Amino acid sequence: MNRINIIGAGLAGLSAAITLSENGALCNLISLQQSERAQSVLAEGGINGALNTMGEDDNVENHFNDTMKGGCFMADPNAVDGLTKNAPKVIRWLESLGVPFNTNDGEIILRNFGGQKKKRTAYARSSTGKIIMSAVIDEARKYEFSGNIIRYSHHEFVKLLIENNTCVGVRIKDTYTDKISDFKGIVILASGGLNGIFPGMTTGTTQNNGDVTATVFSQGVAFGNLEMLQYHPTTIGISGKRCLVTEAARGEGGRLYIERNGEKWYFMEEKYPELKNLMPRDVVAREMFFVRRDEKCGDTVYLDMTDLPEDIWKNKLSDLREEIIHYLAIDPKTEPIPVKEGIHYFMGGIDTDEYHCTNIKNLYAVGECTCQYHGANRLGGNSMLGAIYGGKVAAETIVSKLDKNSAFDDTIPEFTNITDEPLTDEASPVCIQEISDVLLSGLGIVRSERELIKSLELLNTLENKHEYNLREQNRITLAKAMLMSALQRKESRGAHYREDYPEKDEHFRKTAVAKIVNKNVVISYRELPERRANPNEN
Amino acid sequence: MKIKLDILRQENSTSEPYRQTVIFETEDINATVATALTEINNNPNIKDTEGNRVKPILWECSCLQKKCGACAMIINSKPQLACNAQLKDYAKKGTVTIEPLKKFPVVADLIVDRTIMRDNLTNMKIWFNSQTKADETVSDIMYESSRCLQCGCCLEVCPNFYVGSEFTGMAAAVPTARIISAVPEEQKKEIRTEYKKHIYNGCGKSLACRDVCPAGIDIDKLLVRSNAAAIWGRKIGGKKKK
Repeated sequence: MNRINIIGAGLAGLSAAITLSENGALCNLISLQQSERAQSVLAEGGINGALNTMGEDDNVENHFNDTMKGGCFMADPNAVDGLTKNAPKVIRWLESLGVPFNTNDGEIILRNFGGQKKKRTAYARSSTGKIIMSAVIDEARKYEFSGNIIRYSHHEFVKLLIENNTCVGVRIKDTYTDKISDFKGIVILASGGLNGIFPGMTTGTTQNNGDVTATVFSQGVAFGNLEMLQYHPTTIGISGKRCLVTEAARGEGGRLYIERNGEKWYFMEEKYPELKNLMPRDVVAREMFFVRRDEKCGDTVYLDMTDLPEDIWKNKLSDLREEIIHYLAIDPKTEPIPVKEGIHYFMGGIDTDEYHCTNIKNLYAVGECTCQYHGANRLGGNSMLGAIYGGKVAAETIVSKLDKNSAFDDTIPEFTNITDEPLTDEASPVCIQEISDVLLSGLGIVRSERELIKSLELLNTLENKHEYNLREQNRITLAKAMLMSALQRKESRGAHYREDYPEKDEHFRKTAVAKIVNKNVVISYRELPERRANPNEN
Repeated sequence: MKIKLDILRQENSTSEPYRQTVIFETEDINATVATALTEINNNPNIKDTEGNRVKPILWECSCLQKKCGACAMIINSKPQLACNAQLKDYAKKGTVTIEPLKKFPVVADLIVDRTIMRDNLTNMKIWFNSQTKADETVSDIMYESSRCLQCGCCLEVCPNFYVGSEFTGMAAAVPTARIISAVPEEQKKEIRTEYKKHIYNGCGKSLACRDVCPAGIDIDKLLVRSNAAAIWGRKIGGKKKK
């Protein structure tokens, strides 16, 4: 039996590696850079779980309902059931690893977050992701020492090794030596979101360059809901990227306004009197887009945090304040800041069942690279939860199928210069930018058939313009699948808003599955499962 | 803004280093060294000041907002993050020198192999053997010590650290402070021994690290607390907050 190969060493990959190790299994943890560089360190606001420490009578069923509703009932209810039921356990596990969550009299404090009626988000000031990652990296270290986990931290995914619809391993390249090796065995993809498809336009990392996703798509892995891109309402432009202003800013009392007839108009409060500025992200981002388009309004939306009390700045949002002063030279304590929507999360991704199995046997996918848990819109605070829980579920699924009588073969694979096919060049920056421009013109916050068809035509023109290398071709194919998914969903749901079909259509409450069939992108729709009466306790 | 970038380059780990100068122009007043490296690499037609082609400059980056530590390099003689080094700060002088960190083996151009940092933490057994909890008396210390980027800037300026030295430097001391703060009883002796051997005994207290930490970690505080607990056996936390 071979070591299990995990591609990606962020929170989802680490969670899978730790769970495998706890169960005595051995794995390789393969990543372009070490875990400290993973996008998980950028998560700010917190992690959701119905711990019910705030005297609000919260429970896991409320968390389930908010997650399903936030995702416009497009997520697998059985997967979300497991996620929300296990969320308190996940947070307690992190606490036991020494994560210094903000507490009061020793009990974890929960904060308000978008789309949730109860306080449910545990946090460590406004750097929750970084603080959680440090604890989880230390926990994984224990198993690196014992040999359960072997790290390959400057290694690039080349391709999956697939035989008869079964994944038999993965080819990786040592980026320091350019030597390659074929690692045999089960593969878990934990390669993150598609930021690299939109260079400079997302809040994510450059390391998530989209190559893994584009490659596995071209290799026949099925994807779900590729049209669902999350625009986060509050981002600021910094050199080379969009920088996130955590939702906690609004959770702690920040208010959005735009100038209308010379006065501040707190449009979210007027339009949504119950959740106000804390409506789900898709709603807020869309409203910002619409008010800016309104002739009576100015062209900038501001986030006003000037009324927040001193102790919130000190104990809850200290890092955020420092960051805004650094990048905008504005002190948010005394002056509102201009904010704009930015691409923040990819709800769509590799299509998996609730056990994180893909359409290819022995291939699993976890974290942001999958389309699991978040449906048409992810709630803030559910991403780290989904990463940790998903990693754990995939690992447990694998462990349950392992042959208990077979031992792990612990030969370390050799790296060589010899390959049966040459390594492909990287996608050129010019090509990446051209594809991104086409995608952005079709996949904005507000979409229409006209724009989407135009984008597809532009993409076809681009495709025929000149010869592309393999990675470039793979990107074009993935881009086509994204546009086609958006074109064919003739309704508005969550992050996908069609001006020509502004209402939800129950007929489309299905997973849009994108797949390559005979070299063509084909989109089909899969029914969502019913929630089981007594879902398995995980 | 027009600025001259003087870059120390090296094809691979065994080849000879050489310098290449590139003129970089931008309208972006917030442009950083990271922006410049990205845009130079994105421009296939760019030439250096001698008219030669500029092959892609190899460097590591990820978050571009000083939270991941990937892009640490030496910029105008100071180790720092490329994404935090704004070009306007150097515009007056007109030139920025960019070099790889020198304490670590060069892989290519600005990429260095920092594996030793992780190996040191593994050898020092930086983890909790059993369940713990960051109670309110140590919460601040655990937060601060969790912020380390593992970028290596502190090791670059440390007069006592070198790759292979018994002294593992501040990049190990900071994560160790997290463990010392909430160490389970049965692990106390072991972590104190490691701390004394690999940090306390080797640190010459130059505190050069304090001035270069891109995360601005309160190194003095962590050292004082870790010394108190690991060397003098005192309780690490302050008074419980009322």
